[in-house]
Amino acid sequence: MTIAFAPSTVAARSSETRAMSFAFLAQIILILNSFVMLYPVVVMVFSAFKSTGEIFEHPFALPDFTQVQNFARVLGETSMPTYFLNSIVVTGVSILLILLLGTMAGYAVARYESRTNTVVLLFFLAGLMLPLKLAVIPLFILLRDLSLLDSRWSLIVTYTAIGLPSAVFIMAGFLRSLPSELEDAARIDGASEPRIMWSVMLPLARPPMAIAAIQNAVPIWNDFFFPLVFIQTDSAKTLPQGLTTFMGEYTTDWGMLFAGLTIAAAPITLLYIALSRQFIQGMTAGAVK
Amino acid sequence: MPVSPKQARTLKHRSWVAFLVIPPIVFMSLFVVYPILSAFAYAFYEWRGLARGDFVGLANFKDVLFGPTMGPVVWNAFLHNVYALIALMIIQNGGGFLLAWLLYKEPFGFRFHRVAVFVPVVLSTIIVGFLWKLFLNPNFGLVNQALYSVGLDALAKPWLGDSSTALGALILANAWHFVGFPTLVYLAGMQRIPSEIIEAARLDGTTEWQLLKNVVWPLVAPSTTILFTLLFIGAFNWFEIPYVMVGLDGSPFGSTDVLGLVFYRTAFGNQSASIQNFGQGSALATILFLFIVVFASLLTLWLRRREIQF
Repeated sequence: MTIAFAPSTVAARSSETRAMSFAFLAQIILILNSFVMLYPVVVMVFSAFKSTGEIFEHPFALPDFTQVQNFARVLGETSMPTYFLNSIVVTGVSILLILLLGTMAGYAVARYESRTNTVVLLFFLAGLMLPLKLAVIPLFILLRDLSLLDSRWSLIVTYTAIGLPSAVFIMAGFLRSLPSELEDAARIDGASEPRIMWSVMLPLARPPMAIAAIQNAVPIWNDFFFPLVFIQTDSAKTLPQGLTTFMGEYTTDWGMLFAGLTIAAAPITLLYIALSRQFIQGMTAGAVK
Repeated sequence: MPVSPKQARTLKHRSWVAFLVIPPIVFMSLFVVYPILSAFAYAFYEWRGLARGDFVGLANFKDVLFGPTMGPVVWNAFLHNVYALIALMIIQNGGGFLLAWLLYKEPFGFRFHRVAVFVPVVLSTIIVGFLWKLFLNPNFGLVNQALYSVGLDALAKPWLGDSSTALGALILANAWHFVGFPTLVYLAGMQRIPSEIIEAARLDGTTEWQLLKNVVWPLVAPSTTILFTLLFIGAFNWFEIPYVMVGLDGSPFGSTDVLGLVFYRTAFGNQSASIQNFGQGSALATILFLFIVVFASLLTLWLRRREIQF
């Protein structure tokens, strides 16, 4: 920012007013935009505290926040808690497998010189580019042959396969940047290779692991396509797919519908608000260098 | 034969590296490489339900692109994907660029606005789709209620039931969902521009518009490359928002049908016609796959050419 000391000339004054009016306009656009982004979410939460009649008659009114019977019914009458649990298990196990396998491959490529390293990296690069969604038919048949279809494992292996390449690249990129003096010192002390990896190198690699975890956790938690194809049994459904079942059962009970949507949206939204910097960094990691 | 200590060391070393590399590679081969290669192969066979029949050459491809039943449906859907791509490039990526520029100046409350614009991005597409479906309900939806309350009754419409507005409504719902992503990617791109360049341009007395057009836009070209390529891939894989908001048939009257819905109907059937055709489904997936790979690569190469090193 520059502060004009003697804005006596007309030109300086007009450019200053122009900058002021621009800043004013920018502020209005940003406020309007944030309103458009947040208001639908706010209405969703407000409506969850209303009866269907209240939603229809006073859609914009503030609700009575002590009226929690919609939430009680969603949690008590429907399978929503099961869907919720399944989403946690599927996302959690997938992320653990992605980090485990991704760190193994990333570590080998980054820390050991080998002629095959380029081949291994190209192999994972191909996996990064190919949309597995379009190979869903053979994947469906493969999972059926492995008797994994219609179980949470069908989703876990699919998500792990989709998330693995990006984890390999994030981990390899970071591990390569660590100085080799660290390993050499441990090697002279007689530490074995697994011990060097586990006790010396990996404790330093927590930040890229967090990035890889967030980058994958949000799309996995939110995914709908693979459960739609793989899962039939109600008890194995994840939240997004279960939500479609739920929405189909209560089509006319809007209070229930908004309560269901609110419950489904709450965990990720709250986590995002608490950790917005890490979320933004993780989710844009593939597009920002 | 006794193993020398050096051999033992390299053998041990090699097996350790193999232990690290082989499980991830086996996993990827089984669940990514094998299905993708099979997807191509499946397209050349006739399928009876889940059982593979005879080799039929390019018959499935011909049926999908030019057959009397599939052909018109596929091309109609393709057109809608193209509309969505163009509209989202302008609204979502263009809007994101402008919002990023406003945030870049760090005005009052920019931290709040930055967090707010990304809230819909973290929500599940299913939640976003259902939410907007409820808001666009002709009788009780928020959108028409808002129009009634300000006296614009004439503008109220059954947005998703009218074939002239349904696709537009889906596109806007998608833009609401994702505009935060290009915004923050562009913002990161702008923050990488050396501030001397922008200050120098300011001192030269360039107007805001000239600065944006001649300085900022060319310098965020790397962000543009990746955002447009991702949008291209996303637009031709579009599935969740249409599925949730208008159903598998792209109602009303196929006015919102997109290739993702056609693929799903063909491969896995729907309520009205529960015929699964894995052959035609695989052919459609293969065509879509090649189309995306070829055009996304060309798009990337073309956009890369306009990137400037600084």
